[in-house]
Amino acid sequence: MSQSHNRGLIEDFGRWREFAPGMWAWIFHKFTGWVLIGYLFTHVAVLSTAISGPQLYTTTLRSLESLLLVRVLEVGLLAVATFHIMNGIRLLFIDLGVGLESQDKSFYASLVLTGAIAVASVPTFLSGAF
Amino acid sequence: MSTQLQRSEQETDESPQEQRLERKRFDESEREAQRTEEESTGDETPYVHLKVFRYDPEVEGKREPHFDDFRVPAPQGTTVLDALMYARDEFDSTLTFRHSCRQAVCGSDALFINGSQRLGCQTQIQDLDQRPVRVEPLPHQEVEKDLVVDMEHFYDQMEAVEPYFQGETPDEEEQLQSRENREKVKMSTRCIWCGACQSSCNIAAGDNEYLGPAAINKAYRFAMDEREDDDIKQHRMNILEQEHGVWRCQTQFSCTEVCPKDIPLTEHIQEMKREAVKDNLKFW
Ligand code: HEM
Ligand code: SF4
Ligand code: FES
Repeated sequence: MSQSHNRGLIEDFGRWREFAPGMWAWIFHKFTGWVLIGYLFTHVAVLSTAISGPQLYTTTLRSLESLLLVRVLEVGLLAVATFHIMNGIRLLFIDLGVGLESQDKSFYASLVLTGAIAVASVPTFLSGAF
Repeated sequence: MSTQLQRSEQETDESPQEQRLERKRFDESEREAQRTEEESTGDETPYVHLKVFRYDPEVEGKREPHFDDFRVPAPQGTTVLDALMYARDEFDSTLTFRHSCRQAVCGSDALFINGSQRLGCQTQIQDLDQRPVRVEPLPHQEVEKDLVVDMEHFYDQMEAVEPYFQGETPDEEEQLQSRENREKVKMSTRCIWCGACQSSCNIAAGDNEYLGPAAINKAYRFAMDEREDDDIKQHRMNILEQEHGVWRCQTQFSCTEVCPKDIPLTEHIQEMKREAVKDNLKFW
């Protein structure tokens, strides 16, 4: 028997232009899910400064909030959380067998809502940052 | 009979399936509009540039996978399969690919065309956006030669769900099926075992034991058939509920997107997941 050739997985991300909405939704959901886990650790770490007393907690939070980068990241975090929740609800409906034929539209709706909410949050998060 | 069925279908509101087909048709017409200027200019025959994956372990110099270029006449209506056959017959008789029916019935010519799984015989050159047209063997399966992949694993997965009717046949009686039940399994019966869905699924690519969309659809076709009794249905559910059964699906919809027979695969998989949940929740 002659040798066969395994092309491996190279085709997958190389053909991202061909990805359909459902595929993008899956990728974004994975990504946002893991970013949220990452944030969870950071969040717990920051809150734990309170163990060493209110003083340290207050100064830590104040100095963090004075950084422009942190403010911008907060907008990003909100966007990530919003997308994950919106698409998570979309996935729950898909699990219930509701609206499978509009799965691409509900993905776009998640994106649009996420964008809108992130933009609307900018004044709140960035006020006084400059 | 069939016209009656068709009529009754039209009377009802558009089913999800119809809406999806409608959308596909719309995409198609949009693409066609884009292409009217291209190729049809001038009165001589339009040509298409094919870039075809080549590999032959038995021939020195072809052991390294590479692409060959072919310039092939492509008058209106030419399919990718037509173009490949022309290239083989006129330029290189060693160019190897599977085909038989040339009408999307036998399922032998699923290929990776311009980055997507399609049947060569069902894909018209003019419906493709990119030039050159890239023709590759199905991803996630080992290449035997040129465009021919090893389908053994796909067939194993299909066999694993026992893809045959297991109802009791009453003596000398017809196995009647209600019209509603026939409608329920209608789309799922259309599978031609082409393997496009399995190849498009990157869960299946990462987990060789995952049954995959075609096999689960096949299981759906029989599990939903009311003429099989409860024991058989339970047996079918046991196969689907295994670790590498229905639960692996993460609803990427890639299979549904590529299926040349427009089977709502994700929908069927999701329904089997719910059946599996019901099967394990015992309080009703
Ligand atoms: C209302 C809030 C949320 C909803 C509705 C939601 C929904 C979902 C759903 C439905 C899935 C399964 C996706 C699938 O079927 O493939 C999922 C996965 C996941 N979620 Fe959430 N989620 C929420 C909040 C969170 C939070 C707060 C975190 C992190 C702390 C998180 C982290 C993850 C991770 C890591 C995954 C797995 C991703 C993977 O498959 O690798 N989620 N979420
Ligand atoms: S379900 Fe569709 S894509 Fe999958 S093998 Fe059958 S016909 Fe081909
Ligand atoms: S040649 Fe039979 S499906 Fe294409």
